[in-house]
Amino acid sequence: MKIQEADAKSLMLAQGLPVPAWEVARTPQEVRAAAERFLAAGAGRVVVKAQVLVGGRGKAGGVKLAGTPAEAEEVGSRIIGMDIKGITVRKVLVAAAAEIVKEYYLGAILDRVSRRIVLMASAEGGVEIEEVARQNPEAIHRVAADPQLGLLAFQARGLGLAIGLRDPVLNPFVAIARGLYATMTANDADLVEVNPLAVVAESGPDGKVRQRLVCLDAKITLDDSGLARHRNHEALRDLDEEDPADARARDLGINFIHLEGTIGCMVNGAGLAMTTMDLVKHYGGEPANFLDVGGGARHETVRDAMELILADPNVKAILVNIFGGITRGDEVAAGLIEARAKQARAVPMVVRIVGTNAAEAARLLREANLETAASLDEAAEKAVALAKGASR
Amino acid sequence: MSILVGLGTRLVVQGITGREGEFHTRASIVYGTTVVAGTRPGKGGQFAIDGTVPIFDTVAAAVREAGANTSVIYIPAAGAPDAILEAVEAGIKTIVCITEGIPALDMIPVVEAVRRADARLIGPNCPGVTSPGQAKVGIIPASIHKPCRAGVVSRSGTLTYEAVQAMTDAGIGQSTCVGIGGDPIIGTTFLDVLKLFRDDPDTDAIVMIGEIGGSAEEEAAAFAAEHLRGVPMAAFIAGRTAPPGRRMGHAGAIISGGLGTAAEKIAALEAAGIRVADSPTQLPRLLLEAGYRP
Repeated sequence: MKIQEADAKSLMLAQGLPVPAWEVARTPQEVRAAAERFLAAGAGRVVVKAQVLVGGRGKAGGVKLAGTPAEAEEVGSRIIGMDIKGITVRKVLVAAAAEIVKEYYLGAILDRVSRRIVLMASAEGGVEIEEVARQNPEAIHRVAADPQLGLLAFQARGLGLAIGLRDPVLNPFVAIARGLYATMTANDADLVEVNPLAVVAESGPDGKVRQRLVCLDAKITLDDSGLARHRNHEALRDLDEEDPADARARDLGINFIHLEGTIGCMVNGAGLAMTTMDLVKHYGGEPANFLDVGGGARHETVRDAMELILADPNVKAILVNIFGGITRGDEVAAGLIEARAKQARAVPMVVRIVGTNAAEAARLLREANLETAASLDEAAEKAVALAKGASR
Repeated sequence: MSILVGLGTRLVVQGITGREGEFHTRASIVYGTTVVAGTRPGKGGQFAIDGTVPIFDTVAAAVREAGANTSVIYIPAAGAPDAILEAVEAGIKTIVCITEGIPALDMIPVVEAVRRADARLIGPNCPGVTSPGQAKVGIIPASIHKPCRAGVVSRSGTLTYEAVQAMTDAGIGQSTCVGIGGDPIIGTTFLDVLKLFRDDPDTDAIVMIGEIGGSAEEEAAAFAAEHLRGVPMAAFIAGRTAPPGRRMGHAGAIISGGLGTAAEKIAALEAAGIRVADSPTQLPRLLLEAGYRP
């Protein structure tokens, strides 16, 4: 689950990371009020940043500076409501604009190959790390945390030295790197990223300018499998940016992802569900969704899944593909027939059920006059033909 | 001989009294697997599966008193990492964890403990391992198999059943089918299983079923190019149409930062001389075209 920058910053702050103060604003007036506070506290300018879960908001015009409260309000009115990659901006983060001396990248990831948490750092901060990885992979330095002891100070120090950090920011970097690791483990995150991690110049009360290392941005992805043991995390889910069908599926406990095509898919098992989508595409159609009813699905689940699929007005045909192991074919068939009886609009459907209790399923489907298919390929081909026929 | 499980398997079922544990243990026994013990802390001394399988409080007792050498875990996610560590501590060398939904970070110290003990963990979030005609450990349906000499390794469950059924229908039997699991952190990778198949005198051909996310298929392809020349192989990769940034059911099936796409994996496999099927039903034909004669 992706979370917004402001929420990611809160999780980092809780682990003691140096994150400059921010406020979240939902209206241009709130942006103005926040800007007034930061400017009164001594900031030369403020930065207003769109809070969206997609990358590339800076390029899209979702990050702007302002020097006065009026300018901040004006900038806020342009950013709030703007569209970034299909997402409407509903809120912004407002903070004092930092005097950046140099930008770095620091991230903690779950590395599948080493099966450890790996810290990655680069002196090329402020740009997308994927871009650095493509253009200049040597600029990215890595260290794998000990699987039992965590990220050790000497490991973090080595990483800091590798990206060119020296006094007075080397020791703060060690604390930040270990704080990132702590943020990851404390929250069951699979990604914690600070880009940029910046050396900023700050004037102290004595008027002297000091250099300090601070986290100017924050990106965290949480492991869905860990959500249940962090009660506060469900509140971080941004429903504004979630497809309503996906949210409804989550409530029903069904693995579902809404897509743009016309062929609704209902499958048991994630790999087979992806494969079914791929075959729809292979035979010239476009899948309307990914849907895994899970192992051992009962007829109620099948009925709910069918309602989810039919709620999408783009769906012109439905493909049901069940390979019964622990899932019983006759349960699925019964659920389909029940859903069919209640469905509001007539959408053609092709059903393929093999494995456990397939013979009984076939009898039920035959009696209900449902179109069937013997193989996965045949089912996909038929569904594509049905969708094309329906849209003519 | 087969790999991982076979006639020498003496299985302990961790969580034998649970709904899943009991159901699948019955199927394993019917298949002919030697199930010597189950565990359920607090119920040691009782019997499960109609009084046929002794229950122990600990895995250590199951090893000591029933001679268990392989474990399968049907324990919910909150307790599964501990169950794996208990099996490791008891000296079990082959551990199969079926459990889905274990937080990925929990698995980091666990796979390290498994590695240090020189044990092998299959999964988690996997359907298990079946050596047709010998032993079935996990939830792969018995009916799809036919014993012969093609090895199957897969990240998926039902997709594997689909592929294995197609192979069996085409007269291509299997030496061992290994479901390695759909999580990002797993005990045994494609690469590990390819090495086992390479060293298995009873495996002559290999089918690999991958999916989007990570780079395990690419690593396996690089290994195959170097060490499995002459071994007939065929592959399938699920998720060609998966949108980036979305977790496609399996925790590990996600394209992130533009990496882990099906296209990259297919290209790597083809560069290694392994043909990639457009549909799992094509796998038997590709295996025959690669030179396999069952």
